Amino acid sequence: MDAHAHAHAAHAELEIPFNVHPRPDTGLYNAKLGVWLFLASEVMLFGALFSSYILLRTGAATWPRGWEFLNVPLATLNTFILISSSVTVIMAWSYLRLGDLKKGRIYIGLTLLCSLAFLVVKAFEYGHEFAEHRFPSENNFMAIYFTLTGLHGLHILGGMVVFAYLLGPGAKMWQHERERYTNRVEVVGLYWHFVDLVWIFLFPALYLM
Amino acid sequence: MAETITADPLTHEHEQHAGVVDPNVHHGHTPEEIRKEMRVYITVFICLGILTLATVGACYGLKLPSHMAILVALIIASIKAGLVAAFFMHLISERKVIYAVLGLTLTFFGILLWLPVHDWLDKFGKYGAK
Repeated sequence: MDAHAHAHAAHAELEIPFNVHPRPDTGLYNAKLGVWLFLASEVMLFGALFSSYILLRTGAATWPRGWEFLNVPLATLNTFILISSSVTVIMAWSYLRLGDLKKGRIYIGLTLLCSLAFLVVKAFEYGHEFAEHRFPSENNFMAIYFTLTGLHGLHILGGMVVFAYLLGPGAKMWQHERERYTNRVEVVGLYWHFVDLVWIFLFPALYLM
Repeated sequence: MAETITADPLTHEHEQHAGVVDPNVHHGHTPEEIRKEMRVYITVFICLGILTLATVGACYGLKLPSHMAILVALIIASIKAGLVAAFFMHLISERKVIYAVLGLTLTFFGILLWLPVHDWLDKFGKYGAK
């Protein structure tokens, strides 16, 4: 065995199985099963906070209606931004499956822009609340509002870091491991849709009900 | 150990198109099927937009009473969540193991939400019916 063949065999031995192609028994590759297990833990994290919200709301003698003082038009805009970003990330994955890296990267870039826009709008909202002297210590509503939207915002930030990586240095993987790169975009997309799902319930719970 | 799986166990195929081997064989895997899926995504996006406007219009525009706003907002949010989960997260045609993971998760999620509701019903029974 020559040195090159030996190095190739050694590399093959180190390769993690089912990293790209699905396992025969589950039909899933590692990252996809991993992200779904992670999302299961996320459901419980946000579930605990939604449970706290219900407990606080049903236990209170009076509960403010969010639209009386929160900015509903800005929150509606953010809802549109987030659902748009869900579409752009899935379009990115679709174009990568078609073998079109250029369009894939354009849509990843658009997703990144949408997520940035979401945080900028949220920052304006927070700024307005602080200017009106509404802090988490104000009452239970503001406490749960800042906790839920703050945690959701951190998830947006986490997604942005991954999108920036996939758009920049992470895209080099396309040159030699196209499927793996495509899979990475799929799993971050699943995470992103979950972040969108959480907002779909947060928006009416905090602003409209 | 080297990765040795070369075929999908459920479809017994490992299709290749446009230079990309698609591990997601349960989704569309010809360029035409992928483009068809993309049109579905746009349709879902439009539906989500309309439903968002409907929620805001009903709860904020019409200023529905609290109990009605809760009912309307939760029904519309559930439909929107269903669309995102079914089409964007592909739960409409996903592997059994993912359904199993989600089933277990949603059971415990249901218990989490039931706890405060049970507490509220308990209070209502003691103090509310007098």
